[in-house]
Amino acid sequence: MSRWIPLWLHKLGSPPIFYRFAGALRPWFLGLALIAGAVALYGGLVLAPADYQQGDAYRIIFIHVPSAWMGLFVYGVMAVASFIALVWRIKLAEAVAMESAPIGAAFTFITLVTGSLWGKPMWGTWWTWDARLTSELVLLFLYLGVIGLYHAFEDRRQGARAAAFLAIVGIINVPIVHFSVNWWNTLHQGSTVRILGPSKISGDMLWPLLTMMVATKLYYVASLFGRVRADLLELEGGKDWVRRIATGEVVPGEQA
Amino acid sequence: MNQASVSHACAAVLRRDLTLAWRRRGDIAMPVLYALIVATLFPFALGPEDALLQRIAGGVVLVTVLLAMLLALDAMFRSDIEDGSLEQLVLAPQPLALMLGMKILAHWLTTALPLIVIAPLLAGMLHLPMAVMGVLLLALLLATPMLSLLGAMLVALTAGTRRSGMLLALMLLPLCVPVVIFAAGAVAAAQQGLPWIAPIAWLGAALALALVLAPLACATALRIALDA
Repeated sequence: MSRWIPLWLHKLGSPPIFYRFAGALRPWFLGLALIAGAVALYGGLVLAPADYQQGDAYRIIFIHVPSAWMGLFVYGVMAVASFIALVWRIKLAEAVAMESAPIGAAFTFITLVTGSLWGKPMWGTWWTWDARLTSELVLLFLYLGVIGLYHAFEDRRQGARAAAFLAIVGIINVPIVHFSVNWWNTLHQGSTVRILGPSKISGDMLWPLLTMMVATKLYYVASLFGRVRADLLELEGGKDWVRRIATGEVVPGEQA
Repeated sequence: MNQASVSHACAAVLRRDLTLAWRRRGDIAMPVLYALIVATLFPFALGPEDALLQRIAGGVVLVTVLLAMLLALDAMFRSDIEDGSLEQLVLAPQPLALMLGMKILAHWLTTALPLIVIAPLLAGMLHLPMAVMGVLLLALLLATPMLSLLGAMLVALTAGTRRSGMLLALMLLPLCVPVVIFAAGAVAAAQQGLPWIAPIAWLGAALALALVLAPLACATALRIALDA
């Protein structure tokens, strides 16, 4: 393997270079996310046939399921970034972990809200103490704990490290909670989309779902880049490169 | 550093913490009183029917004990942080995890043990059948050390902050969900005459794991929270 990839990654870890890199890529990610999201919504809400049993109500899965996947995915990203931040003390990893948390919390919240909107006509109740709903709620609390701990410290980097530790403890906890609430009570339907083996879902419904999944991932990256850029400016407030951006000597996004 | 000095240090830490707790006996009584008050409020809110109270008694006692422990958790390291003795402990040549383990043990002895002692009284007030009392005590004996260990880790994480009461509850909730499920599951199974050994065994396994890992995690968390 050539040497430039590790070198490039090493350079990318430096705040000013990441600031420019993220600034250049962010509009692309955001634009692609909007296009993919629009296509997926059209496919899901207009093209896909109604479900023989649930009618049109099932269409909420095009928001619900991708959000639920993102809730877990973002937690995974946060935990990996937290691990990197704790072990190698990279400032950028701290920023990525801490700025992922509110996005993940938002996705988890959307999952809970859309789920309960769907639950009212289908199960006849807004909320039930079912295993999956409960795990999702616990996931939201984990996110809120990380966010709360981060903001409880006066020193931001110290807060980021403490919250990173909590995120790692949380990821050990997620499977335990999932297992224990499953043992406790379950009503939610099983998975219909599988990576291994055939999915139990019609192709007309599957492609908008997968497109929406891509759209939410792209949106996450765009949102994360924006948040991390703002965070880096704040963290590095005293540095020369921030001063030059602030005084307008360099236009953000251009090569300095 | 030899074996003797480590066990000496352990004994010293344990003796110091227990002495301090004994000098302020009023603080030990507080969680007990709190649990008593909470358990008393339930019949007022739900009505005094025996059947209803009997059905919820196990869960109410568990949650009450958990809340009372949460109340006392905040103070676990506070005085030690304020007078700087915790930083001395971090600098000591003896393994920090072991020292913190001793502090957690002292905290469990002074907070959880009195609660376990009055648990039969609380359960009796809510008409829990005598036959189930043993299972409830067993579940509490396994669940409260878990809560002390997990709580200590979170308290260590918040050591560098000033306000931590509500935050601690928010952070502890996801961690204690499995503990509550299994402990209450055992009591409920016993009440219905079903075999209750499986959830108790799960609790025991989790406790064995936490006993080894939580002090280490606690030490790491404290190092993160104290280096400013």
